[in-house]
Amino acid sequence: MEKWSDNKAWFLVLPVVLLVAFNAVIPLMTVVNYSVQDIFDPAHRIFVGMEWYREMLHNSRLHDALVRQFIFSGLVLLIELPLGVFVALTMPRKSGWKTSTALVLIALPLLIPWNVIGTIWVIFLRPDIGLLGRFIDHTLGIHFDYPTVPMEAWISVMMMEVWHWTPLVVLLAYAGLRSIPDAYYQAASIDGASRWAVFFYIELPKMRGVLTIAILLRFMYSFLIYTEPFVLTGGGPGDSTTFLSIYLVKMAVGEFDVGRAGAFSIIYFLIVLAFCYVFYQVLLRAGTGEKQ
Amino acid sequence: MKFKTRSILLIGYLSVLMLPIYWMLNMSLRYNHDIMSRMAYYPAHPTFHNYMTIFTDPSWYMGYVNSFAYVSLNTIICLVVALPAAYAFSRYRFLGDKHLFFWLLTNLMAPAAVFLLPFFQLYSALGLLDTYTAVALAHTLFNAPLAVWILEGFMSGIPREIDETAFIDGYSLPRFFITVFIPLIRSGVGVTAFFCFMFSWVELLFARTLTVTQAKPIAVVMTRTVGASGLDWGLLAAAGMLTIIPGGLVIYFVRNYIAKGFALGRV
Repeated sequence: MEKWSDNKAWFLVLPVVLLVAFNAVIPLMTVVNYSVQDIFDPAHRIFVGMEWYREMLHNSRLHDALVRQFIFSGLVLLIELPLGVFVALTMPRKSGWKTSTALVLIALPLLIPWNVIGTIWVIFLRPDIGLLGRFIDHTLGIHFDYPTVPMEAWISVMMMEVWHWTPLVVLLAYAGLRSIPDAYYQAASIDGASRWAVFFYIELPKMRGVLTIAILLRFMYSFLIYTEPFVLTGGGPGDSTTFLSIYLVKMAVGEFDVGRAGAFSIIYFLIVLAFCYVFYQVLLRAGTGEKQ
Repeated sequence: MKFKTRSILLIGYLSVLMLPIYWMLNMSLRYNHDIMSRMAYYPAHPTFHNYMTIFTDPSWYMGYVNSFAYVSLNTIICLVVALPAAYAFSRYRFLGDKHLFFWLLTNLMAPAAVFLLPFFQLYSALGLLDTYTAVALAHTLFNAPLAVWILEGFMSGIPREIDETAFIDGYSLPRFFITVFIPLIRSGVGVTAFFCFMFSWVELLFARTLTVTQAKPIAVVMTRTVGASGLDWGLLAAAGMLTIIPGGLVIYFVRNYIAKGFALGRV
């Protein structure tokens, strides 16, 4: 179906454009403004041009945070996608109270405020009062103190992240599975197809669209993560769990280094924008693929 | 037999999922000195002391009122501005429509940390600092584009012949939109409201930055339990439990749409 061509439609989108522009464009201009000046106090500011950008591009703490961020987002995808698909496959196929209950329970972590997620895991992992922390430390006898050991802090943040966001992958994969007509499964069982064959030739192709979206969302949201690891580890010990957003907030609010933070913000924003563009293209293509 | 293995695996996953929440519930039903002095896998003498503290102290329960105020306001604003925009994107071709859509979507992925300081300045310049209006407006940064995206998906599922027939019958666009079109996509409006609620409810970086004392959301009030005598874990856990309940209720109401909403792949 052809869409109607009419530029008056601009009036319909105007409210949302004005609202989002107010929230997105004005602050971005402020950030650009910071990033090209050295501000001592409101009365004393010097234009420094690209100085902060040059400095941030060669900043080793930023490089470390960026590498850490990519490792984190990569691990998130590697763990959450297979796990989410696996759990979705165990969901009952027919709707009923069992399915509804499972869906409500699975979606629950997604509706918990992000700093409460951090709090839940602090309470769960503390070696003195936490169930899991105490279990590892006392019952298993492995010394566990996640606030002081970088490796354990990483494992803790990963566990929290997997607990928090795998449900999103489950819901998406489940939605994809629901769209498969029963006839497909019947045909497969008449042909004597194995469980693996059913998965690879029926279920996986049908989940392609939703899994593409799962990859995009999981990558992007983990790339922007701030609150949960901040509550759990505060980015520490040292800088070991300092991801990009945590480092940026440390710099902007903690040290009030607005010039460097401004340049960092713009670089960060451009990286995100580049990924958004790639993902948007992939998504458009996945969308047309599904319709055919 | 095979079905049984599946159920056991699912129940296993659900148990692991619920365990940390159970542990917080356990903590919330015990006194702090009890928590600190011994390990208990279930509250032997459950007490609602922590919950009573929250319900009787305005500085605690006003946190919930504030959270609900900005979440509701945000959901309403987003729906009002997104409904006409989504209709435009689903029905019309106009100058710059594709670029505009992409630009809107980029805001969905905008790093909150980038906007922190400028938002503080912008909203204090407007004199809105420490009001729930500020938080509601700030959250439209990502929720309004999200609402446009989800609604556009639902609207594109409605055949355009319906619009054409209505216009031939002499309906004006606003009248058609309100009396015919919105009732047709009401499940879409529900799903959109759910996601706006969800993202406004869980987001805290903006909410914390834009509020100082008066409009603090509950999850920010929780940081108060850091006292001179260390953390009051019981109270913290009780406050945490109370933030889970609204989410649980909302999911329960949309449970039949939730898979469909996610299936659109527009979160």
